[in-house]
Amino acid sequence: MALLDLDPKVVATARELAARAAEPVVSIAKAHTTVAVERATLRLAGITGADSTHRAGDVPWVNRVIDTVREQCGLEHGVVLPAFHALRENNLGTLTELAEATAAGQIQFKIPTGKDRTAAKKSATSAVAKGLKTVDRNRAQRDKLVAKLGDPAQRPWIYLIVATGDIDEDVVQAQNAARAGADIIAVIRSTGQSLLDYVPEGATHHGFAGTYATQENFRIMRAALDDVSKEVGRYVRLTNYASGLCMPEIAVLAGLQRLDMMLNDSMYGILFRDINPIRTFVDQRFSRQVHARAGIIINTGEDNYLTTADAVDAAHTVTVSQLLNEHFAHEAGLPDHLLGLGHAFEINPKVPDSFRLELAHALLARELFPDAPLKWMPPTKHMTGDVFNGYLLDGFFNLAGVLTGQSILLVGMMTEAVVTPFLSDRDLALQNVRYVLNAAGSLAEDFRPAQDGLIVKRAHQVLGEAVDLLERIVDDGLLNAIADGTFGLMKRPADKGKGADGVVEKADEYFNPASELLEAQA
Amino acid sequence: MTRYVRPYGDTTGDGMIQTSFTLPIPFGPKADGAAQQLANKMGMDPAMVVHSNPIGEDFTFFVVYGSVKHLVDLDEVKVVEREYPLLSPAEVNTTLKKVLRRKLVVVGGCIGTDAHTVGIDAILNIKGFAGEKGLEYYRELKVVNLGAQVSVPELVRSARAEKADAVLISQVVTQRDAHILNTQEMSAAFREAMGDRRPLLVAGGPRFDPLMAAELGVDRVFSRGTTPGEVASYLVHAMQEKKGVAA
Repeated sequence: MALLDLDPKVVATARELAARAAEPVVSIAKAHTTVAVERATLRLAGITGADSTHRAGDVPWVNRVIDTVREQCGLEHGVVLPAFHALRENNLGTLTELAEATAAGQIQFKIPTGKDRTAAKKSATSAVAKGLKTVDRNRAQRDKLVAKLGDPAQRPWIYLIVATGDIDEDVVQAQNAARAGADIIAVIRSTGQSLLDYVPEGATHHGFAGTYATQENFRIMRAALDDVSKEVGRYVRLTNYASGLCMPEIAVLAGLQRLDMMLNDSMYGILFRDINPIRTFVDQRFSRQVHARAGIIINTGEDNYLTTADAVDAAHTVTVSQLLNEHFAHEAGLPDHLLGLGHAFEINPKVPDSFRLELAHALLARELFPDAPLKWMPPTKHMTGDVFNGYLLDGFFNLAGVLTGQSILLVGMMTEAVVTPFLSDRDLALQNVRYVLNAAGSLAEDFRPAQDGLIVKRAHQVLGEAVDLLERIVDDGLLNAIADGTFGLMKRPADKGKGADGVVEKADEYFNPASELLEAQA
Repeated sequence: MTRYVRPYGDTTGDGMIQTSFTLPIPFGPKADGAAQQLANKMGMDPAMVVHSNPIGEDFTFFVVYGSVKHLVDLDEVKVVEREYPLLSPAEVNTTLKKVLRRKLVVVGGCIGTDAHTVGIDAILNIKGFAGEKGLEYYRELKVVNLGAQVSVPELVRSARAEKADAVLISQVVTQRDAHILNTQEMSAAFREAMGDRRPLLVAGGPRFDPLMAAELGVDRVFSRGTTPGEVASYLVHAMQEKKGVAA
């Protein structure tokens, strides 16, 4: 039930402006490919493993192939035509054999024409279709398990993070967290993985403040959560990060290993990791198409704006980003029920009426996106090391979450910014959530903010400011707005940033069966 | 101020403290006894285990109150006075604006074969580290992050082209003493190319010892756990020193 009485005309204007702002970027995304999109395509076509004899350490086979193809005939036609042509010409059975031969310098890639082209197209399409079939099977398997074991009994779903650096330790922590009430386990990645232009291989045991996202680590954790799901009698979901320079590849690996949610923001990499804007938008579009196919809920990263800018002054930038994320997601084929738009409880607790302002912002998100599984993120910026105060703040965060009908609640830790959570910190944090859910879980029923009160007025004000900002972005162009520092105070020109050299303009004869099959689903 | 003090609960000299911890044993009377023993060994006597609860089957969490026997001798308290104050981002910005009247230019990167930009990115990227935003966040800093595997000549060239005030290099994963040799090579190159007009040189990484600055030929060494705020505060301090000398 709507409590804010938002003007449907203003809401429609906001959406229309977001679409107009996004449109030129979508055109650019369609006109380009990237090394990461091409690698993701080959991964769907079945390539796995790494070259362990390379002097730089393990280099994934997919990187060896893409780099060589690019060197010899460019990527503007896509990688599959030269790759599958070479496969046939050299009588090789699998892409991995092709990769080995490539590394040995035995393959000369070229763009096939005529009959050769038709043959390469056909075999590439059937290989990629096979990969997508695995993704489809995983989606069906998830549906089956959810039907059998059930979803969490309550909303919001309880989302907990594990991050030891060692996948085997992560398994222990994740299973214990599920037993203690977690509905979603997120495995944080090793610091800096977003800037690696390859996906590491195998099970890993040494991360920096997190665990590397690898296909094998995904498999291990999903299997462990399947076990504990049976034990606790509900389907425990697994989250990882499709962001950074390997966004499309990681999305594919998530689809192949039945991950359930992926962090996947349209602008986070640009703003906070200084990744090239074009690279990000191209990669993001492909990765979202994969997520749509896999039935994976994306989580967007609006909370990050509030950690750099003031949470009251910049509240409308969150709304703007949510609207842009929504448009980009819809355009890529993601329906509302897979849109985990983000927002956070980050207002300085010393600000008068801070809790009422939080409620206003949270309700605004809820009513703007009624069918999206909103992700509600806990205070981090104003967690000071005073763990007692932090525990209280997390309690208010939990209360705001249930009162405004948030869908996914990332559990706040009182030791945020102090230490990685102790076993007891996590337990206390879950007790906090349980207490609030038990004591006030249905309070939303009785919650009717006064129509002329602060909460309603504030929500209207933020929406109005969001519309104004969107108008400026439309006038200026989204890429220029990003270059000028409109979001999170960061200036990111379209031709700068990491990974820019991995962007390739598509030729007219560009061919990518993954894009075609994914495009057809939308 | 008296020389000797004890913790204060609600009466002078009662020595009362509270603490909490987890032991890897199942919940029950034996667990409470174990907590009591630990508290006694920590110097709490008498110690009251006022709360315990199980965390799963194998762990128990405790809250303990009690009086500690220890005295604090204030004469023996030695604190390392940091030679420069820790500044907030706003203070860094206003001070730099006053001292330089332009932006301070920072060029950073990983030198040698090291491809691990974790360290330099934690300091430079706006994302930051340990809850602090990186140097990019500071309005009065212009940050140029050259990324990984930057050669020394390239670093010197960029520093010159950008008119860098400070050069930050990071070494995370190194073999033998590569991080030391790389850093020495870097500082020598700057000395040779620019002499006294060289930028401030700062080296960072988990294997560096902060006492090694002179040996490495750099102005400052930061080790594990350094936050962007510390680096920014140091840069402000160093700029003030430099201006002071010049003036």
